[in-house]
Amino acid sequence: MAEPKPEELKPEELAKIEYKPPKTGWMDTPTVFKKGMFCYGNQPKFLKTVGFPNVRSWSVLDEDWKLPENWQEIFIEGLRERVGKYRSFRLFLDICVRCGACADKCHYFIGGGDPKNMPVLRAELLRSIYRKYCTTSGKIMGKIAGARDLTIDVLKELWYYAYQCSECRRCSVFCPYGIDTAEITILARELLNLLGLNTHWISAPVAQCYMTGNHLGLLPHTQKDTFDQMVADLEVVTGIKVDVPLNRKGAEILYYVPSGDMFDERGYFLTMATLLYFHEIGLDYTWSTYLSDGGNFGFFTTNEVAKRLNAKAYAEAKRLKVKWMIGGECGHMWRVIHQYMNTWNGPPDFLEEPVSPFTGTKFENAKSTKVVHICEFTADMIKHGKLKFDKSRNDNLIVTYHDSCNTSRGMGFFEEPRYVINSVCKNFYEMPENTIREQTFCCGCGSGLNASEDMELRLRGGLPRANAVKHVKDKYGVNRLACICAIDRAVLPALMDYWVPGVTVSGVHEMVANALICKGEKERTTDLRNEPLPGKEAKENV
Amino acid sequence: MGLLFSFFAVTALIVIVFIGVQAAHLHYLFGVIIPYAAFLTFIIGIIYRVVKWGRIPVPFRIPTTAGQEKSLPWIKHNKIDNPFTSLGVIVRMALEVLLFRSLFRNTKTELRDGPKLSYGSTKWLWLGGLAFHWTFLIILIRHFRLFLEPVPIPIEILEALDGFFQVGAPVLYITDLIFLGAVTFLFLRRVIIPQIRYISLAADYFPLFLIGAIGGSGVLMRYFLKTDVVGIKQLTMGLITFSPVVPQGIGIIFYIHLLLVSALFAYFPMSKLMHMAGVFLSPTRNLANNNRAVRHVNPWNYPVKVHTYEEYEDDFRDKMKAVGIPVEKE
Repeated sequence: MAEPKPEELKPEELAKIEYKPPKTGWMDTPTVFKKGMFCYGNQPKFLKTVGFPNVRSWSVLDEDWKLPENWQEIFIEGLRERVGKYRSFRLFLDICVRCGACADKCHYFIGGGDPKNMPVLRAELLRSIYRKYCTTSGKIMGKIAGARDLTIDVLKELWYYAYQCSECRRCSVFCPYGIDTAEITILARELLNLLGLNTHWISAPVAQCYMTGNHLGLLPHTQKDTFDQMVADLEVVTGIKVDVPLNRKGAEILYYVPSGDMFDERGYFLTMATLLYFHEIGLDYTWSTYLSDGGNFGFFTTNEVAKRLNAKAYAEAKRLKVKWMIGGECGHMWRVIHQYMNTWNGPPDFLEEPVSPFTGTKFENAKSTKVVHICEFTADMIKHGKLKFDKSRNDNLIVTYHDSCNTSRGMGFFEEPRYVINSVCKNFYEMPENTIREQTFCCGCGSGLNASEDMELRLRGGLPRANAVKHVKDKYGVNRLACICAIDRAVLPALMDYWVPGVTVSGVHEMVANALICKGEKERTTDLRNEPLPGKEAKENV
Repeated sequence: MGLLFSFFAVTALIVIVFIGVQAAHLHYLFGVIIPYAAFLTFIIGIIYRVVKWGRIPVPFRIPTTAGQEKSLPWIKHNKIDNPFTSLGVIVRMALEVLLFRSLFRNTKTELRDGPKLSYGSTKWLWLGGLAFHWTFLIILIRHFRLFLEPVPIPIEILEALDGFFQVGAPVLYITDLIFLGAVTFLFLRRVIIPQIRYISLAADYFPLFLIGAIGGSGVLMRYFLKTDVVGIKQLTMGLITFSPVVPQGIGIIFYIHLLLVSALFAYFPMSKLMHMAGVFLSPTRNLANNNRAVRHVNPWNYPVKVHTYEEYEDDFRDKMKAVGIPVEKE
């Protein structure tokens, strides 16, 4: 079964979207699994690694999903347990008034028109089961009370739509009660995992992350090789040979990033940039091959597995005897650091409250978790005049900035990256206000949906973001989309190529390192991508 | 299906009054017993539901942040949409509960050829919702005159303001008009907008019909059908002082109004109307976004199995040593 290639779907055809719901009620409209809209099912060996239940081989399009005999009982018991453990979950299942304010806020609904992707209806899929098995009125009145039986088709439908939500929380901004579909999806996925129902794209990275410290399964020597390559590449561009402290005990700071930054092209440039930047300022820091991923695909499976993958962060900080930590540019990694890590695996009493060694700034807002965002750190450096820039090196870039969902609605991280970008780039333009900051649109691939077999889902979900980029491209000639999320860096290029050709993607610090004037550097003629700097093109062409 | 079911359910309630009061003369049942039972259900039900929610832990601090976080001192912090302190949370909640701040943000997505997406501001739902809830509250407070003797001055002032335009006799209350208009609007948008109709359940139509019928019967009673106000006050004062009396000659319309109100009271705790209490408990709104500064404790946090560094080093020691990465055990 060949997945639809993006080039087979023409943009103008994909953008013909029917928003009108079908004539039959949603409970009576069977869900048809459409190729391109879902990820492959998980494979046995990866479930085994972390001890997920119901290890077997299965396929999404098979009639028989090979569930345990008492699967309904397992699911319903799991549901009852979780509505007793999460106030958010029970409350959000109870108080929705179906006002519909969330309906057209979801990028998957906007780009696809499937009514079951309206956040309210996505939640009703599970809510109807909750009513049937956990409320008196649902038990007695059945369908008229909005309740329905948990049949195999209902379960499959739930799986299909739980993996068509990227947990971006945009709907939650508009909900008058703050109902957060991410919370519903997180727990729906947790329930599905009780039956061994996951996706390959999520469960494989989880297993690899558990064993090797990172989703990609990069072994320590491979990481070292990648760093060596970066060092060589940096020397070509700048003439400077940087150090890469690895697993070094006694450093002041432990720095960690999503593993995409060791692999993906834009991530690679970002890591090169960070190496140069830290070398220039003389930061006393270390990388870790064990804590080689701040990202956490466990967060897209169950709370427990998320916590298990996250545990290595504080454990490694303790082992390496560092004082505090800096986290790189990443989206869900930062939601986890900000809202979960200290609760799961803290308190990190062995660390010190973060203080910048160069400016003396105390990062008061991070005094308990002890992890500072690299953009916070850099913004403070720039504000204190500790960095010298040649902004003109970025003059060929006309930049806009994509707020990633998790740092926006799970943190409120808006001004820091903008301040950094504006300090290193002359040309910066915002996308329309309903598409940025707390109203930002997902890249369409968050929460582990960035596989290749679900390309239609990605392109549809990415339409609102891409369309806003197109707006500023047409208006201001924007040619660079900056972001602070590894999934963004990996998936936005494909999204841009499809909807807005001619826009490149990069992390924020790649532009910082481009503009950064370093001690002992040669006259730079190219940027970190080895492409000519503005004004240096002619020389290259001679 | 939900629409018809709800319509007939409310109609049935009205029919029951005709049978019970007009035909069977069960005045005491409809005037005293049912209202008491309904009110008791309301109070106990709400307490039960709120306590039940309140006893469920909040394992993680998950505010939805809708503004700039508290960060470096020179970055302007949005203290309301991204509160760092309890005071900020109180302001955020107050704006949410009193002014429906989140709904105020509402936009309408439009797709044109191109494709070109746009998100225009739309305030109708916010305005309709606000009008509905606020007039409902004012009308409820006006009804306190039936339970208090003498009628307190603030209530008389409220009535005077509400009847400010001095139209008709008895004077038309502007809230009555807005209230019925708002209920109609909320109903119409539910049946007219295809997506909203698609998601609507009986549980959405029933309260609308019920509340609409309560408003309608109240308006009929005040402006059109002659009712014995003195008799009604005797009954309501009897209820509030626990010495119930049922005066003769109160019109059937009053009993209809009273049964519908009783139905609303009894239905309230088991319905979506509990959003009234639930909104105060919503973890995405009622928590401060100070996660990295103050540790949030999960009461059911439990130890988990992890893959330790020692195990990791055991797996890869040779590879690490080969490329000069420091190890714990040589």
